[in-house]
Formats: sequence, structure tokens, C-alpha cells
Amino acid sequence: MYSNELTLKSAPLEGEVRIPSGCAVSAIIDRGGRRMTGADIIASIATMHDRSNGLGGGFAGYGIYPDYKECYAFHLFYGDFQSKKATEDFLITHFEIVYSSEMKTRKIKKVANEPIIYRYFLSPLSKRLENSLLDEEQYVVRCVNKINAEIDGAFVFSSGKNMGIFKGVGFPEDIGRYYLLDEEYAGYSWTAHGRYPTNTPGWWGGAHPFGLLDYSVVHNGEISSYDANRRYIEMFGYKCTLQTDTEVITYVIDYLLRVKKLTLGEVAKVISASFWSTIGEKSDEERAQEEYLRKAFPSLLITGPFSIIFGFTGGLMALNDRLKLRSMVCAERGDRAYISSEECGIRAVAPDLDRIFSPAGGQPVVYTLREGADI
Amino acid sequence: MNTYIPAEFEVVRNAGLCTVCRACERQCSNGVHSYDKERGTMVADATKCVNCHRCVCICPTHALKIVRSGDVYRTNSNWSAQTMNEIFRQANSGGVLLSSMGNPNDLPVYFDRILVNASQVTNPPIDPLREPMETVVYLGKKDVVIERDEHGRLIDNLPPQLRLNTPIMFSAMSYGSISYNAHEALARAAEELGILYNTGEGGLHKDFYKYGKNTIVQVASGRFGVHEDYLRAAAAIEIKMGQGAKPGIGGHLPGAKISEDVSRTRMIPQGVDAISPAPHHDIYSIEDLRQLIYSVKEATDYKKPVIVKVAAVHNVAAVASGIARSGADIIAIDGFRGGTGAAPTRIRDNVGIPVELALAQVDERLRREGIRDAVSIVVGGSVRSSADVVKAVALGADACYIGTAALLALGCHLCRSCYTGKCNWGIATQRPDLVKRLNPDIGYKRLVNLVTAWNHEIQEMMGGMGINSIEALRGNRLMLRGVGLNETELRILGIHHAGESM
Repeated sequence: MYSNELTLKSAPLEGEVRIPSGCAVSAIIDRGGRRMTGADIIASIATMHDRSNGLGGGFAGYGIYPDYKECYAFHLFYGDFQSKKATEDFLITHFEIVYSSEMKTRKIKKVANEPIIYRYFLSPLSKRLENSLLDEEQYVVRCVNKINAEIDGAFVFSSGKNMGIFKGVGFPEDIGRYYLLDEEYAGYSWTAHGRYPTNTPGWWGGAHPFGLLDYSVVHNGEISSYDANRRYIEMFGYKCTLQTDTEVITYVIDYLLRVKKLTLGEVAKVISASFWSTIGEKSDEERAQEEYLRKAFPSLLITGPFSIIFGFTGGLMALNDRLKLRSMVCAERGDRAYISSEECGIRAVAPDLDRIFSPAGGQPVVYTLREGADI
Repeated sequence: MNTYIPAEFEVVRNAGLCTVCRACERQCSNGVHSYDKERGTMVADATKCVNCHRCVCICPTHALKIVRSGDVYRTNSNWSAQTMNEIFRQANSGGVLLSSMGNPNDLPVYFDRILVNASQVTNPPIDPLREPMETVVYLGKKDVVIERDEHGRLIDNLPPQLRLNTPIMFSAMSYGSISYNAHEALARAAEELGILYNTGEGGLHKDFYKYGKNTIVQVASGRFGVHEDYLRAAAAIEIKMGQGAKPGIGGHLPGAKISEDVSRTRMIPQGVDAISPAPHHDIYSIEDLRQLIYSVKEATDYKKPVIVKVAAVHNVAAVASGIARSGADIIAIDGFRGGTGAAPTRIRDNVGIPVELALAQVDERLRREGIRDAVSIVVGGSVRSSADVVKAVALGADACYIGTAALLALGCHLCRSCYTGKCNWGIATQRPDLVKRLNPDIGYKRLVNLVTAWNHEIQEMMGGMGINSIEALRGNRLMLRGVGLNETELRILGIHHAGESM
């Protein structure tokens, strides 16, 4: 796990202690697949400046690496060059490194103590993959876990195809400009996160979004079901090393979606299930489906306040806890759809809207690319 | 040699208040109270008193109290009066000592050393008076492969599930060890509460088949009262491998409690001690258990969950893992404090381990092996309050069994003399004159009240933690902290010490 002198001297790292935090979240998608720079998403999250406290900000962009869209794009934090060497030794024995470079950044006064940041476009070595008896995605997940757990000072914070996560310690708008998201990248979908932790040493890896392959999660809230969810999901090979809500939520969604092959709507009915009394009032068919999901996955119900934006290739899902204990607003304008903790985060970049609404607790809002959209 | 053992209690009667109505005399099945004609007053033979408080409770002028006798042996920290008396008794009788109810000794109660969390500032506590607060649980196997029909709809392929409105059930207490009226009260309360009660190993009285949807029937080593209709009448079937109060031995119902009705229900002779064998004679290993589980499932068309109940012993985690892989739907773990109608004193007081530790280890082991989903876990022995339920669920239990608490609701005062069959409260007796003292109409309401009250308290505590469904509390050990526990105890329980943050 990544660490440097500064963090070692101060408070415990993320993963050594569980840190509750409040936050701001925001997202924009162009359902026509038109790509946009990160300027709008930065403007959106910047409007909600007071919902963050400068101890973490981050973004996920989809469709940003069209030239390498068949490669897994790994973003890495290094504490020192030894960990970089160890990681690269590991990478070349497991992947073909199609391209690699230091992450392009812009020096900003307010963003300090940055780690060494590198980017790699990778293709699994076919022989290695074959011998592992894993499917390709599982192989990549294993490699990510191995680096994060075993190479001291190295941390993979993004590992999807044609998408990337950019995050660090600072206010989100500063982090966005630090990574030149407003100039260097264009994607059809963006999510953003500003963090308000109640106690953190300020570790770059602890900022959000949290990602696994092309899945990314930004989350505002503090879930009360954390340990029930964690202890359940760890049965299936996940390891919650960061002890954050976002990490466990990402694993829960990954398990339900990728492993159990549930639909997004069904995933929502597991993690933010309707109350039994509400289910009782539904039509026979709906009731049967929802009862089944609650009975089969009771330990993946997530309680306590949360608003999450789940990003994946081709779309976004917004979801609140079932009591709606955190604010979240959705809006649409033409092909563009917006999700934000507060309405101001949307109006700042799209003053005129076709529709704006607050989704009810437990009601997923899914925006996906229109059919035929080319990404 | 007829050794005199001094009375443990003293019956104190306020002569100024006593009206010599002789109610105490009529109520005491132990024959403590009598009327002295010559003096015109009531007298008491305290040597017969078991301190059940029946006379105290019914005395219309509150003239009675029972106090610990001041008659003491010479003080000795090694040889307590109880130890000495037991030796006197055994020297007299040459017999094994019998006891009733759970282990009363001063051993650690881990529930009392665990504290619960609450939300402050960073997330909101939830008010159960204003928001839904769900305590419904479904017990049964959850480890299914997702299947869909041709329209893509999910197929309900879950094995049979037991629905409980609150994570509490009445634990196994047989007809024979307790009375007909006690059973009726339990059955009716379970029905009204939407939970289940458990027949124990005494069979199911024909009058109670109508409560089948709320009944767990037990198959124990003596196979008392087990037949096809019995299995089919129930909502679930429990195979009793062990009991917390007496791990390693079978049940014991004294002949005095085997009335004609009990004999018919159990399918055993009247008036003769019913001693079920220590093992099931068709189960000498785990693979044999699997065969019995599937025999029972075959007999009931795979429509009913099968519970396997074991006593909490040293290797309970490995045992539970074996059970989880043997087709059981639910594992019930009974702690060493669990109650009993009759058990050898030495076994009750010295065998087994606390249920809190057993539960923590079983839950953790099943998770580590990735099979926690294959079974639900129910714990008992002893769960004394809603707080114990909350802590047990947070440690990893799906639901709790309560036995002693339910009997207390019916009037039991824990005099621990069930094996005599002379229960003055009409609970642990078959004497018709005593049984009729327990009015099932009142008894069932008291049970409903108790569980309803606990459910409210569970909701309050959940709400405080910001949890609005019991499912999100299950195994949520970060919500617990130990206080005054050593490193080993904390490690076994899988919780942090109070003062350590999240």
C-alpha cells in the first residue's frame, strides 16, 4: 500500500482506520456519445465547494482513451522509485505494456505532497492468462489486488478499459486542473467527488472515485451496514483493505452485476431494497422478484445515508438509500443527463433544463448511451 | 446415616398481617405451610421450601417473605455450603445430583461485557416511531445460483425459508417437561407474533397440530413422539444433537412427570423415567447426520427447513462447518447457560462454553470457508433481554431462541426445581391441580407482550445505530465493543475494545 514519509509520521493510513466522511458527488453523461472535456464536471463540483474540505477530490472519465480502448489503463501512485521498479517488474511478467508514461500534471500551489503518478496501457499475456484458468477480467482484478496488497508503496487506482480515474488530496476543482482534465481529456461521461472526511491523514489513494475494472463509484454518506456488507462480500475473495464505504459498495455492485449477473435494476433492489410493506403492495410479479432478491441477498442490503453514482462503460446509475437520507438531484437536457448532490451543481453548467427531479429513496436512475452511439 | 442439611431459606411470616386464610397452605405443593390448630396460627417447615415465591405472590395481606437462611456453616472459601450439602446428599443417596434450569454459577456473561454503538453527527440515528424499522428475518439457505425464465425473470429457486417477524423464537421445551397449558400459551403466542415455538423432544399433542405453521418439531435421540404426521404438521424440523445444559448426554424426564397424556404424546410408557440416549444411535459421525437430514427431508418432500441443534462445545466451529456441508438449513447453537428441566448437576455446571464465544467462532469460520450462506444461525442459552438479541445478531446470529425468558413471562421464578414435577406455577408439572394454575389465555398474552416489548427495544437500538433493517445488523461487529475483556476474548469475539475507534 502506498505511503510516504509525511503520511507515516501523522495519523494512520486509510485502511488502518475507518474514516467516516461527508461529500459532494456530481456526474454528466452525453447519451449521444459526444465527448466533452472535463471543464463542465470541474465547474459542477466546484460549485459545491463547501461540501468538501480539501482532503480529497477525484474524477472518473469514460471514453477518454479511444486510441487504446482495447487495453486496460492502469493508473498508479508510487511512494518511491523502488515501488515503481517492483511494480513494473510485476507488470511485464503479467501483461504486454502497450504504452506507458508519467501522468501529465500541472503544478498547482494548493495541491501538495503529490506522489509519483504513472499510467500504463496493458494487455494480459495470453499464455499467463490461459495458465491462470481465470477469465480475463478476473485475471486483471487479481493482478490489481496483488499489487495493492503486496507491493509496499504502490497503489493501482484505476484499471478499466477506455476510462480513467484521477484523484488526489485537495479540493476537487484543484485536482481536476492538476490532472489537466479540462484540456487533455474528452469523454462521453464524467463523475466527480469532493470529500469531507472527519479525520484523515490525506492519502491520495483514499480519495474517490473508487474503481474496479471499468466500474467506478462516487459516494456521499456513511453506511451503517458497513461491517455486515464487508464480512459478507469478503467471503467471495474481495479484500476491503481501505475500509471505506465506497470500496465495499464497489465490490458489492461488482459481485451482483459481474459475478451473479443481476441487472442494474435488480442490483438496486438488493442494496437499496424496498421495505417489506412496500413490496407487499406491488403486483404479484414484482413482489415475487423483489422478495426473492431480499431473501437471497439479505447481507448486501446497505443501510444508513448514501447517495452513489455508479459509473460503467456506456452509462451511469444514481441511487439513494431507501430513506433518502442524502440529497441527490437528476436532470436532463437533450442528450445530456446530470446527477448532482445539489441542484446548483447542475445549474452551474446547464442553466436551462428539460427536466429536473429528485429520485425517491431506493429508486435507481440509469442513464445509458442511446442505441448506435459510437464511443 | 441420615444427615441433616439445614434449610437454605427461612419463611418469614408477619403475624400481625397474617389472617390465617390458609391460601399459602393450599398453594404450596411442597407442603411448607400448615395450620397449627392448637395455636391457631400458620407454621412453616422451611426445609421443604424451594423459594418459588408462589406463596409470597398470592398472600392477600403480603404477610410473607422468603429470605436466605442465616444458618451458616463455618466460613470456608474453598468448601462452600452448597458443595458441602451436595456431598451430604450424595453420601446419603449414592446418586447423581440433578439440577434444573441453566447454570447459575458466577462465570463470565460476555453479553454483559459488550457495548453497542450509536450514530452521532456523521450519520443520522433513525427514529422507529417515524420511519419503518424492519425486524423481519427469513431463515434458511441462501446459496443459490441465479436462474431466469424465458422472459428473463428471476426464478424463485430458494430452498424453504422460515419467516419470523422478529428474530426471536421460543426454544425447545417438551410437553412433559412443561405442562399442556404452558405449551398452549407458547403455541398461541408464536402464532400471534408471527414467530415459531419448538416442541422439544416430547412429541406434539394432537390438540396443537393446528398451530403447525408456527411449530418446530424436534427429532431427538429418543425419537419420542416422532412419526410421519408429526413431521408433516410442522413448519420446520429440528434434529437435536445436543443441548447447552447437558452437552454429551441425552434428555431426562422423570417418571413422575409422565402422565397418561404425556405418555400418549411421546409414545412411551407412563410413569417410567424417559431417558433418551446420549448419541442418536444412527448417528456416530457427520456422514450419518447427513443421512438423517435427508431422510427427514425425503419424508417432508423437501418443503421444510431442517435445523440441527448442537451444544456449544470446544470445537463447535468445526462441527458447525460439517453441519453446514451436510444439508442442514439452519444451525442452532445452545450455550452452556441454556436451561433444562433436568440435568446432572456436574454436567450442567461444568460442560460446554458460552454461547457468545461459540457464535462468534461459528460465524467467522463459516465465512472464512465461504459457506455462511449455506445456513442460518440461531443461538440460545441464554438470551435474557432484547439487548442480548441485538448483540447476538451483531455477532452473526440470524435469530435467537429464548426459553427461560419465556417461562419467566409465564410466572416462573427460577426456583430451579423443575425435576421435582411440583411446579407451583403450573409450568414444569403435570399435576392437574397445579397445571390449571397457569391460564393459557393470560399466559399467551404475557408472552406476546414480552416479545413485542423486546421488538420495540430492538428497533430503538437499531435506529440509534442508523440501521433500519435487522439484515444490516447481522454480523455487523463494528457496532460492538468489548469492555473489560482481554486480548484473547476480543479476538475470539472478533470485536474491538471500547474506546478504539471504527
